[in-house]
Amino acid sequence: MGFDQYHEPAHELPAETRTFARLCASLTEEAEAIGWYEQRMAVESDREASAIMRDAQGEEFKHFCMDLEFLLRRTPLWREIARGILFQEGDIVEHGEEAEEEAVEGAAARGAPLTGSTSLGIGSLKGVAS
Amino acid sequence: MSHLLREHAPITEATWGLIDEEARERLTPALAARRLVDFAGPHGWEHSATNLGRARAVGGTPGDGIQALQRQVLAVVELRAPFALSRAELADADRGAEDVDFGPLDDAAHQLAAAENRTLFHGFPDAGITGIAEASTHEAITLGEDCAAYPRHVARAIEAMLRAGIDGPYGLALGPEAYTRVLETSEHGGYPLLDHLRKIIDGPLAWAPGVRGAVVVSLRGGDFLLDVGEDLSIGYTTHDAESVELYLVESLTFRVATPEAAVALTP
Repeated sequence: MGFDQYHEPAHELPAETRTFARLCASLTEEAEAIGWYEQRMAVESDREASAIMRDAQGEEFKHFCMDLEFLLRRTPLWREIARGILFQEGDIVEHGEEAEEEAVEGAAARGAPLTGSTSLGIGSLKGVAS
Repeated sequence: MSHLLREHAPITEATWGLIDEEARERLTPALAARRLVDFAGPHGWEHSATNLGRARAVGGTPGDGIQALQRQVLAVVELRAPFALSRAELADADRGAEDVDFGPLDDAAHQLAAAENRTLFHGFPDAGITGIAEASTHEAITLGEDCAAYPRHVARAIEAMLRAGIDGPYGLALGPEAYTRVLETSEHGGYPLLDHLRKIIDGPLAWAPGVRGAVVVSLRGGDFLLDVGEDLSIGYTTHDAESVELYLVESLTFRVATPEAAVALTP
């Protein structure tokens, strides 16, 4: 059994980072499967076989979205950037640049925890309603 | 592995989540100073000092014709509040209990929040920290117990700052006794005193455990600098069959850059 999702020695990683890595690996696998089904359907002439693969790809869409939602919930900065990009009309690259800038600068101003930190993430409360 | 050694505690990941959430819920309403001062960081546990941008002459010299200056820094102080949780309660949390007794954690969170407020508003001389109230160059105003006079006292404090060229908006940190009195009081016509004070300061009014009396501060920025190394975190010390010993910790320094930007209201 491989442990390729870990880039660092697994025994040195905290449990939450191992879980995070597992879901990242799962997300990758779901995206790969979506791409594979897309290719198979593109060359399949049997309509019944194609319908089954379409159904299977729908499952992968669901899995991918559940993995992504889990990762976003555990990573507030990622979630904030995603919010500025996903389901928006217009230029994707432009939205990406803006979302990143706003989220990263905002997080720094609020005293967001360092990556990998296990702090409570309270930071600054200036401007936060009491 | 982090210095907090959380992985060594006999606590499941789900229950660690509950403990962290409980701590956040208890700390956040009580951390009054963080609502009013500038926050820098977190810089991490290894961060040991804040640069003051100053140097002092060193008495000796390492060689003829050599002048020596030594940089001045403000060393980080670690604030730690230990507490113990019952292992039976933690096991019940894993079973899905909704009424887990986190009492010792709640007490520690309140103590640490009050200590942070006290450090920033009244200072911690042994750690080289001067508080906002102590640093203020304005004459302190006596708050007293007559709530009807509070709007006048706060308005006087703001006027003193305006005369010194300190702009608003302003914020008000009220010690628990003064806060309760304000909360209980309605002025003529039933208008809550709390809302009246908020209108005067044009900013937040914070419940501030650890504060004696009250302090009015300018929120314009750049006047009060909280520099945090490790932000509030929970670490593990030890355990036996009955309980797990944990602690809340943070590391920080604090400086008042503009003493004119605050007025103390003494009890």
